[in-house]
Amino acid sequence: MLHEPVSASTQALTFSQAIQVALRDEMQRDPRVILIGEGVRHSGPYRGLVEEFGHDRVLEAPIAEQGFTCAGIGAALMGLRPVVAIGRGDFLYPAMDSIVNEAAKYRYICGGGNFRVPMVIKVHSTGMGGGAGTQHAQSVEATFMHVPGLKIAIPSTPTDALGLFRAAVRDDNPVLFFEHREIKRDSAREDVPLEPAFAVPFGKAAVRRSGTDVTLVSYGYMAHKCFAAAEELATRGMSAEVIDLRTVLPWDRDAVVNSVRRTGRLVVVTEDCRRAGVGAEIAATVGELAFPSLKAPIQRVTYPDMPVPGTLYAESLFLIQVDDILNAVDRLV
Amino acid sequence: MVRVRTFDLKLTELGEKGEPLIHIPTLGQEAPAVAACATLNSDDVIMPYHRGYAWAIGKGMEPGRVLAELLGRTTGYCKGQSGANLADWDLGVLGRSGIQGAHLQIAAGVGLALRTEGRGRVCLAFFGDGASNTGAFHEGLNLAALWNSAVVYICENNGHQGAVPWTEIMRVETTAERAPAYGIPGVTIDGNDVVKIFRTVSQAIERARGGAGPTIISCRTHLWAERHFQPDGAIGHAWPPEQLAEWKKDCPIARLSVRLLDAGLMTEAEAEAVQAEAEAEMDEAIRFAFASPHPTREQLVEDVYAP
Repeated sequence: MLHEPVSASTQALTFSQAIQVALRDEMQRDPRVILIGEGVRHSGPYRGLVEEFGHDRVLEAPIAEQGFTCAGIGAALMGLRPVVAIGRGDFLYPAMDSIVNEAAKYRYICGGGNFRVPMVIKVHSTGMGGGAGTQHAQSVEATFMHVPGLKIAIPSTPTDALGLFRAAVRDDNPVLFFEHREIKRDSAREDVPLEPAFAVPFGKAAVRRSGTDVTLVSYGYMAHKCFAAAEELATRGMSAEVIDLRTVLPWDRDAVVNSVRRTGRLVVVTEDCRRAGVGAEIAATVGELAFPSLKAPIQRVTYPDMPVPGTLYAESLFLIQVDDILNAVDRLV
Repeated sequence: MVRVRTFDLKLTELGEKGEPLIHIPTLGQEAPAVAACATLNSDDVIMPYHRGYAWAIGKGMEPGRVLAELLGRTTGYCKGQSGANLADWDLGVLGRSGIQGAHLQIAAGVGLALRTEGRGRVCLAFFGDGASNTGAFHEGLNLAALWNSAVVYICENNGHQGAVPWTEIMRVETTAERAPAYGIPGVTIDGNDVVKIFRTVSQAIERARGGAGPTIISCRTHLWAERHFQPDGAIGHAWPPEQLAEWKKDCPIARLSVRLLDAGLMTEAEAEAVQAEAEAEMDEAIRFAFASPHPTREQLVEDVYAP
């Protein structure tokens, strides 16, 4: 592990490091936190944890996402706080029943009360850019955004990664925590607050840049693309507000609606497919709540409704670029 | 067992009258869950499955509150929002999933938590032979075995998946034969013999309490009424009369009664009193349930998320 607890209140960390620090800190802070997943005793990001916390808190799992996700539910019911590590967003589909039928609904069908499923499903890699293959590069958050009972966090910065991960572990509900492969490759460091009380609340968007002419809404890796687009727009004399949702379930409706009421223009950028995607939900909500404020039709920048091609070259033809966002803004003015 | 059967028959009557409830009779296979639950301490837990309410009564649930739940009343165990997916935290009834086999995996995690907490508590997970063909069975059993989870898996083996005989869905007659594949003990026993079940489950529980991991116990039994009542109607399958007559000769309640009478541990009068008390209890349960109020829309949205 790279991190030793330090007395300093901040530490310069990359996105990947921030998540590792958050996991280890939570395991040190709370003996109820356990880790379950494939390779957690053997692979890079989890190295050292089994030596520090032992075999009963760092549980190696067979390739059985459906099974060990359900096992996480059982451990959570009995008072533990499992972090269930899953390699790719795509692998949530083998665990679909465990997440949608069981984790999301367990408290409800048991009548609430003491029945709680405080579990984090930590998705080690989501999204495109690595030529990982059709079933290794999908963005799956919209599928799960549809499910009552879940929460979904998709951080874009080291500070948010640490703060949202802590909030996820401390939450009494099942949380999907997605780590975008492109942000994880980013070696940029940020001074991340380490005091134990720090956490990023769910449902509170971050305004990455204030603006008056157009609102750009996104999350995760696309928040970086939106920020870059806003910088380019500024050179053209256009003021864009960049909203990073940070959590898509719940998502910060007030932040988006209030921004659109001021700017009158909205572009939603997601790496997920277009149809019934996160952008569709946001666009519909803004249509319901802020229609009179809109000066132009809402624009969605998304991945097309097709599978992700399985080779690096073919995939590269469909990656969302800053120009795609700029073109969408051009259609509004 | 008498209470379970009496309740079962009363629920069947209500189902036949078209009352809006889910009831999947367990007639004839009352013994495994009742005898298995009798081995438990009050702080042990169970993960039941869809068939009947032997596990519910076995673990101490009140029939009136069970029926109230089935009918969607606020006095039900889950405030009328769950129906047949019964749970009760205080009694250690950890919820009854509607998805076949899913709970066999959840039980692996429950048993992991129970083993590592070190208080010697255990979980019983009930299932039917049909559910043993799910991938969930395999994933759950493998994990429970791997982690030495404190869980005992009890198959109510009636030789059928619904109305389909086991020969058409699997190549081994009992799920206990699959135990060696997970490196755990598996045993097939007479599932209509309460004493045998009690002793076998007790041994498996002691093993699990000691941290040695799970066991599969397949209890051979017979299901007399292959029916499924739902608010929108009933489905079912009638067994051939000669088959049913044969099974009824193996009734677990009759067998225990004979044993107790022969041993002088119970008189005919006491046996009749047990039946009469059960009748009265279930009639009162029905009165209680139907007199209870329904929840409001506001109440029914409260538990989507934990605060």
